[in-house]
Amino acid sequence: MKTCLVVDDSRVIRKVARRILEDLGFDVAEAGDGVEAMAWCHAAMPDAILLDWRMPVMDGLEFVRRLRAEPGGDRPRVIFCSVETDLARIREALEAGADEYVMKPFDGEILAGKLGFVGLIGPSVGSLAA
Amino acid sequence: MIALEDRELVAAVCASRAGLRVDPDKAYLIESRLAPVARREGFGALSDFIECVRQRAEERLIWAMVEAMVPPETRFFRDPAVFEALARDVLPELARRAEGPVRVWSAACGAGQEVYSLAMLLAETPGLADRVELFASDISERSLEKAQAGVYSQFEVQRGLPAHRLVRHFEREGEFFVLSPRIRQMVRWRRINLLDDLSRLGRFDLILCRNVLSGFTGEAREQVLEGLTRTLAPGGRLVLGLGDAAEAWLDPVASEAGVFALGTAAA
Repeated sequence: MKTCLVVDDSRVIRKVARRILEDLGFDVAEAGDGVEAMAWCHAAMPDAILLDWRMPVMDGLEFVRRLRAEPGGDRPRVIFCSVETDLARIREALEAGADEYVMKPFDGEILAGKLGFVGLIGPSVGSLAA
Repeated sequence: MIALEDRELVAAVCASRAGLRVDPDKAYLIESRLAPVARREGFGALSDFIECVRQRAEERLIWAMVEAMVPPETRFFRDPAVFEALARDVLPELARRAEGPVRVWSAACGAGQEVYSLAMLLAETPGLADRVELFASDISERSLEKAQAGVYSQFEVQRGLPAHRLVRHFEREGEFFVLSPRIRQMVRWRRINLLDDLSRLGRFDLILCRNVLSGFTGEAREQVLEGLTRTLAPGGRLVLGLGDAAEAWLDPVASEAGVFALGTAAA
Protein backbone atom coordinates (compact mmCIF):
# COMPACT_ATOMS: atom_id res chain seq x y z
CA MET A 1 0.00 0.00 0.00
CA LYS A 2 1.27 3.50 -0.83
CA THR A 3 1.92 5.84 2.08
CA CYS A 4 1.11 9.52 2.42
CA LEU A 5 2.26 11.86 5.16
CA VAL A 6 -0.17 14.73 5.80
CA VAL A 7 1.63 17.76 7.24
CA ASP A 8 -0.67 20.50 8.49
CA ASP A 9 -1.06 22.34 11.78
CA SER A 10 -4.86 22.14 11.46
CA ARG A 11 -6.32 18.94 12.82
CA VAL A 12 -9.48 19.53 10.77
CA ILE A 13 -7.53 19.72 7.49
CA ARG A 14 -5.55 16.60 8.43
CA LYS A 15 -8.79 14.75 9.08
CA VAL A 16 -10.37 15.83 5.78
CA ALA A 17 -7.21 14.95 3.85
CA ARG A 18 -6.91 11.60 5.62
CA ARG A 19 -10.44 10.61 4.66
CA ILE A 20 -9.87 11.48 0.99
CA LEU A 21 -6.47 9.77 0.87
CA GLU A 22 -7.71 6.61 2.59
CA ASP A 23 -10.56 6.42 0.07
CA LEU A 24 -7.91 6.58 -2.66
CA GLY A 25 -6.11 3.62 -1.07
CA PHE A 26 -3.31 5.37 0.83
CA ASP A 27 -1.92 4.48 4.22
CA VAL A 28 -1.90 7.86 6.00
CA ALA A 29 0.36 9.31 8.71
CA GLU A 30 0.03 12.82 10.17
CA ALA A 31 2.42 15.53 11.34
CA GLY A 32 1.65 18.98 12.78
CA ASP A 33 4.72 20.84 11.49
CA GLY A 34 7.90 20.48 9.45
CA VAL A 35 10.06 19.16 12.29
CA GLU A 36 7.59 16.42 13.11
CA ALA A 37 7.31 15.62 9.41
CA MET A 38 11.10 15.36 9.08
CA ALA A 39 11.17 12.87 11.97
CA TRP A 40 8.64 10.71 10.09
CA CYS A 41 10.73 10.89 6.93
CA HIS A 42 13.87 9.86 8.79
CA ALA A 43 12.04 6.80 10.09
CA ALA A 44 10.55 5.88 6.69
CA MET A 45 10.25 7.95 3.51
CA PRO A 46 6.57 8.09 2.46
CA ASP A 47 5.49 7.86 -1.20
CA ALA A 48 3.64 11.16 -0.99
CA ILE A 49 3.67 14.20 1.28
CA LEU A 50 0.73 16.59 1.43
CA LEU A 51 2.32 19.75 2.77
CA ASP A 52 0.86 22.92 4.28
CA TRP A 53 2.86 26.14 3.83
CA ARG A 54 2.37 28.16 6.98
CA MET A 55 3.07 26.11 10.09
CA PRO A 56 4.79 26.79 13.41
CA VAL A 57 8.35 25.58 14.10
CA MET A 58 9.25 24.74 10.46
CA ASP A 59 7.13 25.89 7.52
CA GLY A 60 6.44 23.92 4.35
CA LEU A 61 8.95 25.72 2.16
CA GLU A 62 11.82 25.13 4.55
CA PHE A 63 10.71 21.53 5.00
CA VAL A 64 10.73 20.70 1.30
CA ARG A 65 14.16 22.33 0.81
CA ARG A 66 15.62 20.28 3.66
CA LEU A 67 13.84 17.11 2.56
CA ARG A 68 15.27 17.33 -0.97
CA ALA A 69 18.78 17.61 0.54
CA GLU A 70 18.32 14.43 2.62
CA PRO A 71 19.49 11.00 1.42
CA GLY A 72 16.45 9.48 -0.33
CA GLY A 73 14.65 12.81 0.05
CA ASP A 74 14.13 13.07 -3.70
CA ARG A 75 11.81 10.06 -3.65
CA PRO A 76 8.57 11.32 -2.06
CA ARG A 77 6.21 13.22 -4.34
CA VAL A 78 5.51 16.48 -2.50
CA ILE A 79 2.17 18.20 -3.00
CA PHE A 80 1.89 21.61 -1.40
CA CYS A 81 -1.55 22.36 -0.01
CA SER A 82 -2.00 25.96 1.04
CA VAL A 83 -4.28 29.01 1.13
CA GLU A 84 -1.50 30.84 -0.70
CA THR A 85 -2.75 31.49 -4.26
CA ASP A 86 -0.20 34.01 -5.50
CA LEU A 87 1.39 32.61 -8.67
CA ALA A 88 4.86 33.88 -7.73
CA ARG A 89 4.63 32.01 -4.43
CA ILE A 90 3.38 28.86 -6.17
CA ARG A 91 6.35 29.10 -8.53
CA GLU A 92 8.61 29.46 -5.50
CA ALA A 93 7.18 26.28 -3.98
CA LEU A 94 7.73 24.34 -7.22
CA GLU A 95 11.27 25.66 -7.52
CA ALA A 96 11.97 24.65 -3.91
CA GLY A 97 11.22 21.05 -4.89
CA ALA A 98 7.44 20.58 -4.70
CA ASP A 99 5.94 18.40 -7.46
CA GLU A 100 2.42 19.75 -7.32
CA TYR A 101 0.37 22.46 -5.68
CA VAL A 102 -3.17 22.45 -4.32
CA MET A 103 -4.90 25.70 -3.38
CA LYS A 104 -7.19 25.42 -0.39
CA PRO A 105 -10.08 24.79 -0.28
CA PHE A 106 -9.84 21.51 -2.18
CA ASP A 107 -11.99 18.44 -2.69
CA GLY A 108 -11.43 14.78 -3.47
CA GLU A 109 -11.48 15.28 -7.22
CA ILE A 110 -8.82 18.00 -7.12
CA LEU A 111 -6.55 16.00 -4.81
CA ALA A 112 -7.00 12.82 -6.84
CA GLY A 113 -6.15 14.75 -10.00
CA LYS A 114 -2.94 16.07 -8.48
CA LEU A 115 -1.95 12.60 -7.24
CA GLY A 116 -2.54 11.42 -10.81
CA PHE A 117 -0.18 14.11 -12.20
CA VAL A 118 2.64 12.94 -9.95
CA GLY A 119 2.02 9.34 -10.98
CA LEU A 120 0.79 7.98 -7.66
CA ILE A 121 -2.65 6.96 -8.85
CA GLY A 122 -3.96 6.06 -12.30
CA PRO A 123 -6.02 8.64 -14.18
CA SER A 124 -9.08 6.42 -13.97
CA VAL A 125 -8.97 6.48 -10.17
CA GLY A 126 -8.83 10.26 -10.35
CA SER A 127 -11.97 10.49 -12.43
CA LEU A 128 -13.81 8.02 -10.21
CA ALA A 129 -13.30 10.33 -7.26
CA ALA A 130 -15.36 13.03 -9.01
CA MET B 1 -41.36 22.48 -8.05
CA ILE B 2 -42.33 23.42 -11.59
CA ALA B 3 -45.09 21.43 -13.25
CA LEU B 4 -44.41 18.44 -15.45
CA GLU B 5 -45.94 20.20 -18.46
CA ASP B 6 -43.47 23.05 -17.98
CA ARG B 7 -40.56 20.61 -17.83
CA GLU B 8 -41.88 18.89 -20.93
CA LEU B 9 -41.94 22.23 -22.73
CA VAL B 10 -38.30 22.83 -21.77
CA ALA B 11 -37.37 19.37 -23.08
CA ALA B 12 -39.29 19.88 -26.33
CA VAL B 13 -37.76 23.30 -27.03
CA CYS B 14 -34.21 22.07 -26.27
CA ALA B 15 -34.70 19.07 -28.56
CA SER B 16 -36.11 21.07 -31.48
CA ARG B 17 -33.67 23.98 -31.30
CA ALA B 18 -30.41 22.31 -30.40
CA GLY B 19 -31.05 18.56 -30.46
CA LEU B 20 -30.42 18.52 -26.72
CA ARG B 21 -31.71 15.58 -24.76
CA VAL B 22 -33.33 16.87 -21.56
CA ASP B 23 -35.14 14.44 -19.27
CA PRO B 24 -38.38 16.11 -18.09
CA ASP B 25 -38.29 13.95 -14.95
CA LYS B 26 -35.10 15.64 -13.79
CA ALA B 27 -36.92 18.47 -12.07
CA TYR B 28 -34.02 19.49 -9.86
CA LEU B 29 -31.59 19.75 -12.78
CA ILE B 30 -34.01 21.83 -14.84
CA GLU B 31 -34.83 24.14 -11.95
CA SER B 32 -31.23 24.65 -10.86
CA ARG B 33 -30.16 25.53 -14.41
CA LEU B 34 -33.13 27.75 -15.27
CA ALA B 35 -33.86 29.57 -12.01
CA PRO B 36 -30.82 31.89 -12.40
CA VAL B 37 -31.87 32.63 -16.01
CA ALA B 38 -35.41 33.50 -14.92
CA ARG B 39 -34.02 35.82 -12.24
CA ARG B 40 -31.62 37.44 -14.68
CA GLU B 41 -34.47 38.06 -17.11
CA GLY B 42 -36.53 39.69 -14.38
CA PHE B 43 -39.14 37.00 -13.70
CA GLY B 44 -40.37 36.50 -10.14
CA ALA B 45 -40.83 32.76 -10.60
CA LEU B 46 -39.41 30.16 -12.93
CA SER B 47 -42.90 29.10 -13.98
CA ASP B 48 -43.57 32.69 -15.18
CA PHE B 49 -40.44 32.55 -17.33
CA ILE B 50 -41.48 29.26 -18.90
CA GLU B 51 -45.01 30.52 -19.44
CA CYS B 52 -43.57 33.53 -21.26
CA VAL B 53 -41.48 31.26 -23.48
CA ARG B 54 -44.63 29.25 -24.22
CA GLN B 55 -46.85 32.26 -24.97
CA ARG B 56 -44.57 34.70 -26.73
CA ALA B 57 -42.00 32.37 -28.25
CA GLU B 58 -39.45 35.16 -28.10
CA GLU B 59 -36.17 34.01 -29.67
CA ARG B 60 -33.92 35.67 -27.11
CA LEU B 61 -35.70 34.02 -24.18
CA ILE B 62 -35.85 30.67 -25.92
CA TRP B 63 -32.10 30.70 -26.49
CA ALA B 64 -31.39 31.88 -22.96
CA MET B 65 -33.27 28.78 -21.85
CA VAL B 66 -31.60 26.38 -24.28
CA GLU B 67 -28.11 27.71 -23.50
CA ALA B 68 -28.66 27.20 -19.79
CA MET B 69 -29.55 23.54 -20.37
CA VAL B 70 -26.30 22.75 -22.22
CA PRO B 71 -24.20 20.53 -19.92
CA PRO B 72 -21.11 22.48 -18.81
CA GLU B 73 -17.55 21.24 -19.35
CA THR B 74 -15.46 21.92 -16.31
CA ARG B 75 -12.04 20.33 -16.66
CA PHE B 76 -8.75 21.15 -18.34
CA PHE B 77 -6.98 18.17 -19.94
CA ARG B 78 -9.97 15.88 -19.51
CA ASP B 79 -8.59 12.37 -20.17
CA PRO B 80 -4.89 13.38 -20.27
CA ALA B 81 -3.95 10.38 -22.45
CA VAL B 82 -6.03 11.87 -25.27
CA PHE B 83 -4.05 15.11 -25.23
CA GLU B 84 -0.79 13.20 -25.06
CA ALA B 85 -1.76 11.18 -28.13
CA LEU B 86 -2.81 14.33 -30.00
CA ALA B 87 0.44 16.20 -29.28
CA ARG B 88 2.72 13.18 -29.73
CA ASP B 89 1.21 11.40 -32.74
CA VAL B 90 -1.91 12.85 -34.31
CA LEU B 91 -0.98 16.53 -34.76
CA PRO B 92 2.62 15.95 -35.89
CA GLU B 93 1.36 13.45 -38.46
CA LEU B 94 -1.30 15.83 -39.74
CA ALA B 95 1.30 18.61 -39.88
CA ARG B 96 3.64 16.41 -41.94
CA ARG B 97 0.91 15.64 -44.44
CA ALA B 98 -0.73 19.06 -44.68
CA GLU B 99 0.55 21.62 -47.15
CA GLY B 100 -0.96 24.58 -45.32
CA PRO B 101 -1.77 24.97 -41.65
CA VAL B 102 -3.47 22.13 -39.79
CA ARG B 103 -7.01 23.30 -39.02
CA VAL B 104 -8.37 22.11 -35.68
CA TRP B 105 -11.94 22.61 -34.47
CA SER B 106 -13.14 22.15 -30.92
CA ALA B 107 -16.87 21.66 -31.53
CA ALA B 108 -19.02 22.44 -28.47
CA CYS B 109 -16.11 24.00 -26.61
CA GLY B 110 -18.08 25.11 -23.55
CA ALA B 111 -16.01 27.47 -21.42
CA GLY B 112 -12.92 26.69 -23.49
CA GLN B 113 -11.02 24.23 -21.31
CA GLU B 114 -10.54 21.70 -24.09
CA VAL B 115 -9.25 24.06 -26.77
CA TYR B 116 -7.07 25.95 -24.30
CA SER B 117 -5.57 22.66 -23.10
CA LEU B 118 -4.63 22.02 -26.71
CA ALA B 119 -3.29 25.58 -27.08
CA MET B 120 -1.07 25.15 -24.00
CA LEU B 121 0.26 21.86 -25.35
CA LEU B 122 1.03 23.45 -28.71
CA ALA B 123 2.79 26.36 -27.04
CA GLU B 124 4.92 23.84 -25.15
CA THR B 125 5.81 21.82 -28.26
CA PRO B 126 8.52 23.49 -30.35
CA GLY B 127 7.66 23.86 -34.02
CA LEU B 128 4.04 22.76 -33.76
CA ALA B 129 2.25 25.96 -32.69
CA ASP B 130 2.87 27.85 -35.97
CA ARG B 131 1.60 24.91 -38.00
CA VAL B 132 -1.79 24.68 -36.29
CA GLU B 133 -4.88 26.91 -36.38
CA LEU B 134 -7.34 26.49 -33.54
CA PHE B 135 -11.04 27.15 -33.94
CA ALA B 136 -13.64 26.70 -31.22
CA SER B 137 -17.40 26.92 -31.25
CA ASP B 138 -20.29 26.56 -28.91
CA ILE B 139 -24.04 27.00 -29.06
CA SER B 140 -24.01 29.20 -25.98
CA GLU B 141 -23.05 32.86 -26.33
CA ARG B 142 -22.44 33.05 -22.60
CA SER B 143 -20.03 30.12 -22.68
CA LEU B 144 -18.22 31.68 -25.64
CA GLU B 145 -17.87 34.99 -23.82
CA LYS B 146 -16.40 33.25 -20.82
CA ALA B 147 -14.14 31.13 -22.99
CA GLN B 148 -12.88 34.11 -24.96
CA ALA B 149 -12.10 36.04 -21.79
CA GLY B 150 -10.13 33.04 -20.51
CA VAL B 151 -11.06 33.85 -16.92
CA TYR B 152 -11.36 30.93 -14.52
CA SER B 153 -12.00 30.53 -10.82
CA GLN B 154 -9.55 28.95 -8.40
CA PHE B 155 -11.75 25.87 -8.42
CA GLU B 156 -11.74 25.61 -12.22
CA VAL B 157 -7.97 25.97 -12.65
CA GLN B 158 -7.42 23.13 -10.21
CA ARG B 159 -9.46 20.68 -12.27
CA GLY B 160 -7.12 18.85 -14.57
CA LEU B 161 -4.45 21.54 -14.68
CA PRO B 162 -0.99 20.71 -13.31
CA ALA B 163 0.62 23.46 -11.21
CA HIS B 164 3.53 23.93 -13.64
CA ARG B 165 1.05 24.83 -16.39
CA LEU B 166 -0.88 27.14 -14.07
CA VAL B 167 2.22 29.22 -13.28
CA ARG B 168 3.39 29.10 -16.89
CA HIS B 169 0.23 30.07 -18.76
CA PHE B 170 -1.94 32.01 -16.32
CA GLU B 171 -1.92 35.40 -14.66
CA ARG B 172 -3.67 36.38 -11.47
CA GLU B 173 -6.44 38.99 -11.62
CA GLY B 174 -8.08 39.55 -8.25
CA GLU B 175 -9.46 36.22 -7.15
CA PHE B 176 -9.46 34.86 -10.71
CA PHE B 177 -6.89 33.29 -13.00
CA VAL B 178 -6.61 34.55 -16.58
CA LEU B 179 -4.95 32.72 -19.44
CA SER B 180 -2.04 34.64 -20.89
CA PRO B 181 -2.77 36.67 -24.06
CA ARG B 182 -0.35 34.42 -25.95
CA ILE B 183 -2.58 31.38 -25.36
CA ARG B 184 -5.86 33.24 -25.83
CA GLN B 185 -4.72 34.67 -29.18
CA MET B 186 -4.19 31.17 -30.55
CA VAL B 187 -7.93 30.46 -30.70
CA ARG B 188 -10.67 31.84 -32.97
CA TRP B 189 -14.23 31.62 -31.71
CA ARG B 190 -17.65 31.38 -33.29
CA ARG B 191 -21.20 30.60 -32.18
CA ILE B 192 -22.30 27.44 -33.99
CA ASN B 193 -25.36 25.25 -33.61
CA LEU B 194 -24.13 21.82 -34.68
CA LEU B 195 -27.57 21.10 -36.14
CA ASP B 196 -27.10 23.89 -38.71
CA ASP B 197 -25.47 23.52 -42.11
CA LEU B 198 -21.76 23.23 -41.33
CA SER B 199 -20.51 23.22 -44.92
CA ARG B 200 -19.78 26.98 -44.95
CA LEU B 201 -17.10 26.44 -42.29
CA GLY B 202 -14.62 24.86 -44.67
CA ARG B 203 -12.73 21.65 -43.95
CA PHE B 204 -10.89 20.68 -40.79
CA ASP B 205 -8.00 18.28 -40.34
CA LEU B 206 -8.90 17.54 -36.75
CA ILE B 207 -12.31 17.86 -35.09
CA LEU B 208 -12.81 17.35 -31.38
CA CYS B 209 -16.35 16.57 -30.29
CA ARG B 210 -15.79 14.86 -26.97
CA ASN B 211 -18.40 13.89 -24.42
CA VAL B 212 -21.02 15.90 -26.27
CA LEU B 213 -22.87 13.34 -28.39
CA SER B 214 -24.55 11.62 -25.47
CA GLY B 215 -26.28 14.91 -24.66
CA PHE B 216 -28.13 14.88 -28.00
CA THR B 217 -31.39 13.18 -28.90
CA GLY B 218 -30.86 10.11 -31.09
CA GLU B 219 -31.84 11.90 -34.28
CA ALA B 220 -29.74 14.98 -33.53
CA ARG B 221 -26.75 12.82 -32.65
CA GLU B 222 -26.81 11.23 -36.08
CA GLN B 223 -27.25 14.57 -37.81
CA VAL B 224 -24.35 16.12 -35.87
CA LEU B 225 -22.01 13.21 -36.55
CA GLU B 226 -22.83 13.34 -40.25
CA GLY B 227 -22.38 17.10 -40.36
CA LEU B 228 -19.02 16.89 -38.61
CA THR B 229 -17.66 14.14 -40.81
CA ARG B 230 -18.65 16.11 -43.91
CA THR B 231 -16.45 18.99 -42.70
CA LEU B 232 -13.54 16.62 -42.15
CA ALA B 233 -10.71 17.16 -44.66
CA PRO B 234 -9.49 14.08 -46.56
CA GLY B 235 -7.32 12.09 -44.16
CA GLY B 236 -8.68 14.12 -41.26
CA ARG B 237 -9.32 12.84 -37.76
CA LEU B 238 -12.38 13.00 -35.55
CA VAL B 239 -11.91 12.78 -31.78
CA LEU B 240 -14.84 11.54 -29.71
CA GLY B 241 -15.09 11.23 -25.93
CA LEU B 242 -13.78 7.97 -24.49
CA GLY B 243 -17.30 7.08 -23.39
CA ASP B 244 -18.95 8.07 -26.68
CA ALA B 245 -20.20 5.25 -28.88
CA ALA B 246 -18.82 5.54 -32.41
CA GLU B 247 -20.53 4.59 -35.63
CA ALA B 248 -19.51 1.61 -37.75
CA TRP B 249 -18.40 3.88 -40.60
CA LEU B 250 -15.70 5.43 -38.41
CA ASP B 251 -12.34 3.64 -38.33
CA PRO B 252 -10.53 3.74 -35.00
CA VAL B 253 -7.03 5.18 -35.43
CA ALA B 254 -6.10 5.38 -31.77
CA SER B 255 -9.10 4.00 -29.92
CA GLU B 256 -7.51 4.54 -26.47
CA ALA B 257 -7.65 8.26 -27.30
CA GLY B 258 -11.00 8.24 -29.10
CA VAL B 259 -9.38 9.16 -32.43
CA PHE B 260 -11.20 8.08 -35.61
CA ALA B 261 -10.83 8.42 -39.36
CA LEU B 262 -13.51 8.23 -41.99
CA GLY B 263 -13.94 4.60 -43.00
CA THR B 264 -13.10 3.72 -46.59
CA ALA B 265 -16.72 2.81 -47.22
CA ALA B 266 -17.89 6.28 -46.20
CA ALA B 267 -15.04 8.15 -47.87
